[in-house]
Amino acid sequence: MIGFVIHRVMQAVVVMAVISLLVFIGVYAIGNPIDVLISPDATQQMREDAIRAYGLDQPLWKQYLDFVTRLLHGDFGRSFVYNMPVLELIGSRLPATTELALAAVMGATLLGVPLGMYAGYRPESGLAKAIMAISILGFSVPTFWIGLVLIFTFAVQLGWLPAGGRGDTAMLFGIEWSFLTRNGLTHLFLPALNLSLFKFAMMVRLARAGTRETMLTDTVKFARAAGESEWTILSRHVLRLIAIPIVTVFGLELGSTLAFAVVTETIFSWPGVGKLIIDSISSLDRPVMVAYLMLVAFFFILINLAVDLSYAALDPRLRARRA
Amino acid sequence: MTAPLLQVENLATHFMTRSGPLKAVDGVSFSVQPGEIVGLVGESGSGKSVTGFSILGLIDPPGRIAGGSVKLAGEELVGLPPSALRAIRGRRISMVFQDPSATLNPVLTIGHQMRLAIEAHETVGEKAARDRAAEALLRVGIPDAARRLDAHPHQFSGGMRQRVAIAIALLNRPALIICDEPTTALDVSIQAQILTEMKALARDLGTAMIWISHDLATVSSIASRLLVMYAGRIIEEGPVADVLRAPHHPYTAGLLASLPANAEPGQDLVQIPGSTPSLFALPPGCAFSPRCPHARPQCGTMPDLVREGARGVRCHFPLEIRGRA
Amino acid sequence: MEPTSPFGRFWQEFRQNRIALGALIVVALIVLIAVLSPWITPQNPYDLSNLVLTDARRPPGFIGSKGFTHWLGTDAQGRDLFSAILYGLRISIQVGLVAGALAFAIGVTLGTFAAYLGGRIEALIMRVIDLQLSFPAILLALVLAAVLGQGKGPLIAALVTAQYAYFARTAHGAASAERSKEYVEAALSTPLPPRRVVFRHILPNCLPPLIVVATVQIANSIALEATLSFLGLGLPVSEPSLGMLIANGFQYMLSGRYWISIYPGVALIVLIVAINLVGDQIRDQLNPRLRR
Repeated sequence: MIGFVIHRVMQAVVVMAVISLLVFIGVYAIGNPIDVLISPDATQQMREDAIRAYGLDQPLWKQYLDFVTRLLHGDFGRSFVYNMPVLELIGSRLPATTELALAAVMGATLLGVPLGMYAGYRPESGLAKAIMAISILGFSVPTFWIGLVLIFTFAVQLGWLPAGGRGDTAMLFGIEWSFLTRNGLTHLFLPALNLSLFKFAMMVRLARAGTRETMLTDTVKFARAAGESEWTILSRHVLRLIAIPIVTVFGLELGSTLAFAVVTETIFSWPGVGKLIIDSISSLDRPVMVAYLMLVAFFFILINLAVDLSYAALDPRLRARRA
Repeated sequence: MTAPLLQVENLATHFMTRSGPLKAVDGVSFSVQPGEIVGLVGESGSGKSVTGFSILGLIDPPGRIAGGSVKLAGEELVGLPPSALRAIRGRRISMVFQDPSATLNPVLTIGHQMRLAIEAHETVGEKAARDRAAEALLRVGIPDAARRLDAHPHQFSGGMRQRVAIAIALLNRPALIICDEPTTALDVSIQAQILTEMKALARDLGTAMIWISHDLATVSSIASRLLVMYAGRIIEEGPVADVLRAPHHPYTAGLLASLPANAEPGQDLVQIPGSTPSLFALPPGCAFSPRCPHARPQCGTMPDLVREGARGVRCHFPLEIRGRA
Repeated sequence: MEPTSPFGRFWQEFRQNRIALGALIVVALIVLIAVLSPWITPQNPYDLSNLVLTDARRPPGFIGSKGFTHWLGTDAQGRDLFSAILYGLRISIQVGLVAGALAFAIGVTLGTFAAYLGGRIEALIMRVIDLQLSFPAILLALVLAAVLGQGKGPLIAALVTAQYAYFARTAHGAASAERSKEYVEAALSTPLPPRRVVFRHILPNCLPPLIVVATVQIANSIALEATLSFLGLGLPVSEPSLGMLIANGFQYMLSGRYWISIYPGVALIVLIVAINLVGDQIRDQLNPRLRR
């Protein structure tokens, strides 16, 4: 088990190095690196100073090493627009995105898994067909469009919920959270719903497919032959058997939600990292872009690692094979 | 003669398919006495497993019990509401399946699965459930049972896994256990062990058994009475020793002749010519007639199951009897 | 009468599903009117000299200064929305198909040859592809669009980069399965050039799963294009695609002028849902596990 963990961590480190190389080539080598480092408004003298200061007259491999060294020291440069260290900037926006993504993925899982299991348990029933219809819509309809319709319906027409912003926040562990206040919750609801629909559709499909297959297995037949109730079979046997793919997707989706949040945050003016990256792209704030890319990559690798490790925890057979 | 524990009468189980109903079980009747071990033999597709599942009411759509009756100690099971059937499954009749690695839930501990099987019928405390589970494991010959409760199925060998499944089936002391080829997936040496142990268990606990198998040799070593199925019907029945000594149905005779133990060393094994007919395209009359060496025109009509004493045969021209005539 | 060709049989079964058949008809109709849009629209929405600013943001049914009725209203530049939607559909379908075809070609080539070559090269290619697949497509497209700038070319490049990996993985999976089958071993042991074995024997057998992925990915390309355009990273404003139309209408929606955003959105969704329904049916028909 420990060998497996070490192996995986090593792999993650290698992947991270490859990504840093790709980002380096993409942003530094193809583009003019100086554009990433200093503001376009700088004078010629400042540019030349910066080129020397950042070692851009050095050979490429040396530059890459410097780039990595700076990253390892947490130095991602300063944002031109906000004039503050990028890491600090992103850090200040991260809680908003995390809150939104967690609310969306948890909502989608808590609702999608039971409904999907039902749809797999009784595939011919009317409710199952309705659930599947919603899931097809959730899959097909682009997130931004659903966001617009939600705003138009609930904010503009009905006036029940606010159309954007985070609302009131409260402090917890030194970080501002929306879900702790009533007003904040009303602000959180629509964007979370918007972001969760795709994941909901995915959870429904996964749970349905898994349940359909599991219900046909001898494990279920044997449990039935032992007189166990359908509820016991679904909640104890089937749920545990389909948990592995669901946990995988839960983890991976948590990551991709950070990316999808770009769209939702833009529509609902949610002040998270997604909105920050869109703003930085349109204002050519490259240090922010580089840092965002590296951070997202890092998150992804971390999540993939966590999912791999939780596999082992969930599936005793796997644990045995790798031990 | 005591009252039968299980009385199956004219049982018919059909599967609705695109090409029409498939009669997997077509008018099967037999009874099981308390403590008796009955062997149910047939090739795959003969309807022997479906018969077993039908007794428990475990037929999934598109299959359904199309007719007949199954009585447990006089109580009709066919048509019982699901909750009442559920109360019988596992407590009064339980079942052991062929492949223990497929039946046990791979992600739950043995103890957890056993507790679920107990809790299906009564409310028990955690401790009491563990004790009973450990006791059941001990009974089937699993050493260090109390500790093994926390193990997962993959930590057991194939034979041990099947013992666990048997222990689960025995948990609630049922009057009848239906064993659907429980030794087929195991090594031959382990097969023999489990057969012996099951026989002893059944005797000690007074549990009746229906032992379903395609292997005549296995069945004969455990059962006292034999039912032979072909194409959804029982074609021969009788005490094991009698049937083995003098089979009445040509199919049973063919099965016996094809046993490796009955072949001369160096000689080819005897085969029954042809193959099992598709249930969609059964010949009219006796389903075995196209493969039967003794078939005559009269075999185009369905023979009745004629019982004489403990024996019964469904054939117009039964062996032995014909020889005597 | 039983059709004998595989396609004939496939079509027979496909017809049985009314929803899928209806969806296929909808897709065909949309493609048809999108292709014909220059001849059936009352206005060329990309010709700025054609636009009248006093006609801007008018509700559906308004009769404009050019004398024809704007059945779906006009947008902020005074474009007839009906015309703009048809032209937008044309761009969306065009971009979706071109990106889909390129992603298909690149992905299948990579996947098949990885499976064919085996060994370290295969492991390396598939590792990269798996890594890329674990990244959300939208993020890749976003970055590329940001780096490459605006326009049809960069947009298609972004879409292809985001999607080729799906084809590569599917092709690789199917091709490895075929590769290990005996008939391929047999074909490889003949003096036929290996290239021919790949194209004649391996590829045709990988087609069914690839067709399914292709349908889904074309719908995804269209949705992704719309999303990127909505975020302002897609096509230039002068030739608004559906996503751009929706984005432009967004600000007016808060004041109740819903039509600028809603109608292009409806067109987009009908197209995507219809393609997905067709894809679902094809997948169900080609999936041997669901057949009995």
